[in-house]
Amino acid sequence: MLKAIVTVMLKKGIFDPQGRAVQNGLDSIGFDQVKKVRVGKQLEMDLEMTDMATAEASVHDMCDKMLANPVVESYSFEIKEA
Amino acid sequence: MNWGVLLFPGSNCAEDCFHAVDKILGKPVKYLWHKDTDLGDVDAIIIPGGFSYGDHLRPGAIAHLSPAMTAVKEFAAAEGLVIGICNGFQILTESRMLPGSLLQNRGLKFLCQDQSLKVDNADTPFTSEYASGDVVGFPIAHNEGNYYAAPDTIAEMEANGQILFRYCSPDGEVSDGTNPNGSINSIAGIINRTGNVVGMMPHPERSADSVLGLSDGKGVFVSMLKHLEATHG
Repeated sequence: MLKAIVTVMLKKGIFDPQGRAVQNGLDSIGFDQVKKVRVGKQLEMDLEMTDMATAEASVHDMCDKMLANPVVESYSFEIKEA
Repeated sequence: MNWGVLLFPGSNCAEDCFHAVDKILGKPVKYLWHKDTDLGDVDAIIIPGGFSYGDHLRPGAIAHLSPAMTAVKEFAAAEGLVIGICNGFQILTESRMLPGSLLQNRGLKFLCQDQSLKVDNADTPFTSEYASGDVVGFPIAHNEGNYYAAPDTIAEMEANGQILFRYCSPDGEVSDGTNPNGSINSIAGIINRTGNVVGMMPHPERSADSVLGLSDGKGVFVSMLKHLEATHG
């Protein structure tokens, strides 16, 4: 078994109102050193696969077809032994 | 002249769309199911609002992979009329049948209100009942209605007259202050390059029956009907 951890973020340059709200919240409790927050999402997937290269190709395909919307999002992932 | 209203698990504006065709236009309409691979004999398809698949992952992200959407793409490729309203618009952008994407409202709030819109292009099968520059009122009800597309895409769409509606004030002012959700250029509704697929966040089906107090939305359905009658005989 392999585990894939996929991170999906809004592309750079696209305003993230949720990140701004989190930043404002942190500021209100004294963390004024935080100058920018971006909120994304992380997906953890257990893969019934053993070959790392095949798994990487599959996860790329999943991201392109469904997990991320390339118009507004970018993704990255790591795959490790579960 | 048959109309179809496409149903997904979580669609919640389908009956209003059905009512607009059945009772306001008085035309035959049937529901289409997301698992259908053959949509049958339809001349126009409405993808209604709601929360298809609970909006999980992203609004429309799972719905657009349904078998029926493959058939909808084929229907649109053959110049069939398709309109996606609210979640239907999100499904159409996820499927890349329309450019851009709908992001979370910039104010982080679900917006549910009557909204003034300016008609930007009345020379389409979906807006011919209006005049360019008309100010109309449709309800909006969405959390992800903040239209985004890359700057070159926006420039191309503007140059091609692909913007159908913009958010505005009741007296027709289009500005950042009259933009409820942060959409680029106050974009509320768009059409594809070939002029047969529309997506819009405001709800014409909720403003199509005068008994509801707003009837400006009726024009969208009447425009479509007139186009179908002119092209299908």
